[in-house]
Amino acid sequence: MRVVVDLTKCQGYGQCVFAAPDVFRMPHHETLMYELDPDETKRDQVLRAAAACPVRALLLDEEITERQEKASAGNPDIGRIVIVGASLAGLRAAATLRREGYAGALTLIGDEPGEPYDRPPLSKQVLSGQIAAADTMLPRRDELDAEWIRGVAAVGLDLAARQVRLADGRAVGYDRLLIATGVRARPWPDPQEAALDGVSVLRSRQDAAELRRRLASGPRVLVIGGGFTGSEIASVCRELDLPVTVAERGPAPLVGALGGVVGRIAADMQRENGVDLRCGVTVTALEGDRDGRLRRARLSDGSVLDVDLAVAALGAVRNVEWLDGSGLAAGAWGVGCDAGCRAFDVNGIVCDDVFVAGDVARFPHPVYGYQFLTLEHWGNAVSQAHVAAHNMISPSGRLRPHLSLPVFWSAQFGVNIKSVGVPTFADEVAIVQGSVEERRFVAVYGHRGRITAAVTFDEAMWLDFYRDLIERAAPFPPDFAMVGRSAPPRAVPAEIPARIPAIHDATVVVTGHNPDERRATLVSAGAK
Amino acid sequence: MTTTYETFLDYANRADPYPLFPQLRRTPVARQPDGSYVVSTYREIVALLHDPRVSSDLRNLPEIANIRIAPDDAAPQLPPEFIRRDPPDHDRLRAMVMKHFGPPGAPGRVAGMESRMREIITELIDGLAGRSRIDVVDDFAYPLPVTVICEMLGVPRPDEPLFHKWSQIAVETNDPTTGTIVERNRRRFETLAKLGQYLDGLADAHQREPGDDLLSALVTDGEMARPDVLSTAALLLIAGHETTVNLIANGMLTLLRHPHVLERLRQDPGYAVNVVEELLRYEPPIHMPGPRRTALADIEIAGTTIPQGSVIVLVLASGNRDPARFADPDRFDPDRRDNQHLGFGGGIHYCFGAPLARLETRLALTELTRRLVEPRLVADPPPYRHTPNLRGPLHLLLDIDGIRSAHSASTQ
Ligand SMILES: Cc1cc2nc3c(=O)[nH]c(=O)nc-3n(C[C@H](O)[C@H](O)[C@H](O)COP(=O)(O)OP(=O)(O)OC[C@H]3O[C@@H](n4cnc5c(N)ncnc54)[C@H](O)[C@@H]3O)c2cc1C
Ligand code: HEM
Ligand code: SF4
Repeated sequence: MRVVVDLTKCQGYGQCVFAAPDVFRMPHHETLMYELDPDETKRDQVLRAAAACPVRALLLDEEITERQEKASAGNPDIGRIVIVGASLAGLRAAATLRREGYAGALTLIGDEPGEPYDRPPLSKQVLSGQIAAADTMLPRRDELDAEWIRGVAAVGLDLAARQVRLADGRAVGYDRLLIATGVRARPWPDPQEAALDGVSVLRSRQDAAELRRRLASGPRVLVIGGGFTGSEIASVCRELDLPVTVAERGPAPLVGALGGVVGRIAADMQRENGVDLRCGVTVTALEGDRDGRLRRARLSDGSVLDVDLAVAALGAVRNVEWLDGSGLAAGAWGVGCDAGCRAFDVNGIVCDDVFVAGDVARFPHPVYGYQFLTLEHWGNAVSQAHVAAHNMISPSGRLRPHLSLPVFWSAQFGVNIKSVGVPTFADEVAIVQGSVEERRFVAVYGHRGRITAAVTFDEAMWLDFYRDLIERAAPFPPDFAMVGRSAPPRAVPAEIPARIPAIHDATVVVTGHNPDERRATLVSAGAK
Repeated sequence: MTTTYETFLDYANRADPYPLFPQLRRTPVARQPDGSYVVSTYREIVALLHDPRVSSDLRNLPEIANIRIAPDDAAPQLPPEFIRRDPPDHDRLRAMVMKHFGPPGAPGRVAGMESRMREIITELIDGLAGRSRIDVVDDFAYPLPVTVICEMLGVPRPDEPLFHKWSQIAVETNDPTTGTIVERNRRRFETLAKLGQYLDGLADAHQREPGDDLLSALVTDGEMARPDVLSTAALLLIAGHETTVNLIANGMLTLLRHPHVLERLRQDPGYAVNVVEELLRYEPPIHMPGPRRTALADIEIAGTTIPQGSVIVLVLASGNRDPARFADPDRFDPDRRDNQHLGFGGGIHYCFGAPLARLETRLALTELTRRLVEPRLVADPPPYRHTPNLRGPLHLLLDIDGIRSAHSASTQ
């Protein structure tokens, strides 16, 4: 049977571990590791765990589509819905469509072979060898009653004809389209070096299986990039007692997502756990031997490392090429859409029949000054997929906005890091609960005197309190008395690095003079 | 004028307090004449369970912090148990016990107790052979969890009558109708001191000759100071004594009131998992934790401001019946989806013993329904225990036509 835990909800109560100790493990305070595909003999255990979870965070096969309560949510014009990108967002959207009573034809198109799987375990349980890469399938959705087109990429979109073109030459018509093509790993920029045996990335199940295979042979590892993925890989290396170097361009790991203050704590954590962490450096070259096997890495500070495995964890590239020339506002920045998940065309006008969800989406968030955000978060893919699916089959008067605050988690070095809100939307940060020394604390972020985000290290039970404060635009720093506060909180600069959004790369020309003729044309959709 | 909350406290409403809840929820956060604030709606209860401005340490109130039990009393006053402490002490103490009880240190411990629990259950039911009238409470629901907690803690079962009364007094001190908060806490300190003195002797014995019980583990690993060991052991002993008994008794009562559910459970023992969760929502053993929460700051919630220093009472049982959260809340429906009940509380004080209580109750109800032949309620409602906090039948008399053998098939 299959199970996936919504770790954005999980508060670390451990009840699932008590009920099913063979399936769920909590090796430290609150990081939860589990099998996604336990065998049938463990079924009763898993059912008990699902019932015992105080926040009902476990999703099982049979619970995916709840009873279809409403009869066909009748919009008779919608006879065929097509979803491109059959991973987390695509699957969740499909389930929501059925749950909300959509009874028409449903097609899921995905370029990966096999059933959809869950990615977060790839850099955690899979790399550490607790579960096989193949055993990460998302709970079954047979009952979706959908047509699956697997292993075939979409290569084009014709908005006027309402057709998706596939790599095998087929065209698939739609009344409503959902774009959920996500992102891929940014490859190592030098193609020859990238092709060396021992240079890899981590995004797909195959990547993870391959990396796991290599880790098992005890290599010296270099992780290029100290973001979440890079840090998690380094963490697993240390768990496996492998020597690992992390090369990070910025002043500390996780700085891009959490700022310098919390980044320095992450840096300490890495070093305490035996990571050879090098900040403020870049990798300038990867060198192989005559057989094309990786041997060395050269860093910008002149140092040379002997390594057998280098993982480029350089962030993501959005899967938008198939939309080139389609007339959608799609580019390196993602696919632009409104808060109702309706895609923008190049003129910046929303389409009524094309929707976007998940990692590929770029959407405005009212709580963050209507700024356009792209989030590579599991929880965002899920909640945005729900909103998109709902809106796809709803009349325009009943559209829902995608307003949920982003929630993210990461498990590294035995610590469960969670965040709510957008930590990069901040000028200051304060530690308000717990103890940095003990690696159990809550950091709150503020922007111009109001709370915009909170990050917890092994303190997930408090996260919802801060979510409510953010939603109420509560003043920063929170200065009321609280339990677990050792000293009055001191707000310090959050040290968020300035980032130039990819959207600045868009080159658009406007043509026409009459109001009816004026049109935008996307000339360049940015560097990929 | 009596408030709805005061009416709810009235023993006359113990058998069926539920009709009062809609009125209670009309004011989600209601100030009481004694200055405390009573919270009765699901959303607000959940928010306060996770609100770091809410303390569980009554020593924030000077009049409680200043309580010193008579110095001539032979038993020294204990530090508050971790249920009455805040982080970081709470987290530290809880983790020190968890190390021997659950993940990460001992993830399989509770699951490993199943076979012993089955043994105790079988013995208790076998002992009913030949009887036509039984008391579910005295004959089963009480002895089962008490035996389990005693064995787990390493407390000799024959000593039970000794500390039973202390445990009961301690529980009564939660009952707002039995005196002011200061009087009640003084009584509690005195009682816990006596219990602590008894446990101290036991701890010495375990230190000399450790067993594989929790008390031995706590004294031998030396992490926890002795006074905290005693408070913790007292907390576990009391919690293990006064709660699960109600879940089992409330469970049998509810099943007998819903024969179709009872029948389904008889046919399908796996159903017990959902039955137990729904019982924790529908007939929770703890209607409200003892009043020990206070506001560390002014808390604005549901249009009310709870002033700093106020005592906060969370009526979990009312939140469990809140129609804004649960469809058709007054219906007992084990098939309910998304049953995020408050039976074990929530947040950092979420019930420590929940896995134990779940396992005991699941096995207990499955076996009782399987083995009792034609059980019938003698009185409905049964007589209730006095306290409104920990609510459950004092006795639950059933007439039966005998018991099935322990080895008979699970159906019919
Ligand atoms: C190693 C790893 C660890 C992670 N850990 C965490 C974590 O701890 N916490 C967290 O919150 N998030 C984590 N994430 C992020 C999370 O997995 C993503 O946010 C989530 O997968 C997004 O889902 P999606 O459906 O939008 O995109 P994706 O999962 O990227 O799916 C997009 C799908 O579309 C397919 N596709 C692309 N182009 C085409 C095309 N032209 N035609 C057809 N199909 C196409 C892709 O192959 C893919 O199957 C992690 C991700 C990775 C890779
Ligand atoms: C069905 C039986 C039980 C029920 C309904 C129950 C319910 C609860 C509730 C509601 C709380 C939260 C109190 C609060 O937040 O103020 C709690 C806490 C607690 N329970 Fe239970 N309980 C049960 C059984 C047990 C058992 C068997 C034990 C002992 C092994 C136990 C030990 C504890 C402890 C130690 C706490 C305090 C936790 C903390 O403060 O961190 N409980 N219980
Ligand atoms: S919150 Fe649920 S999923 Fe998370 S550890 Fe607890 S029981 Fe498991």
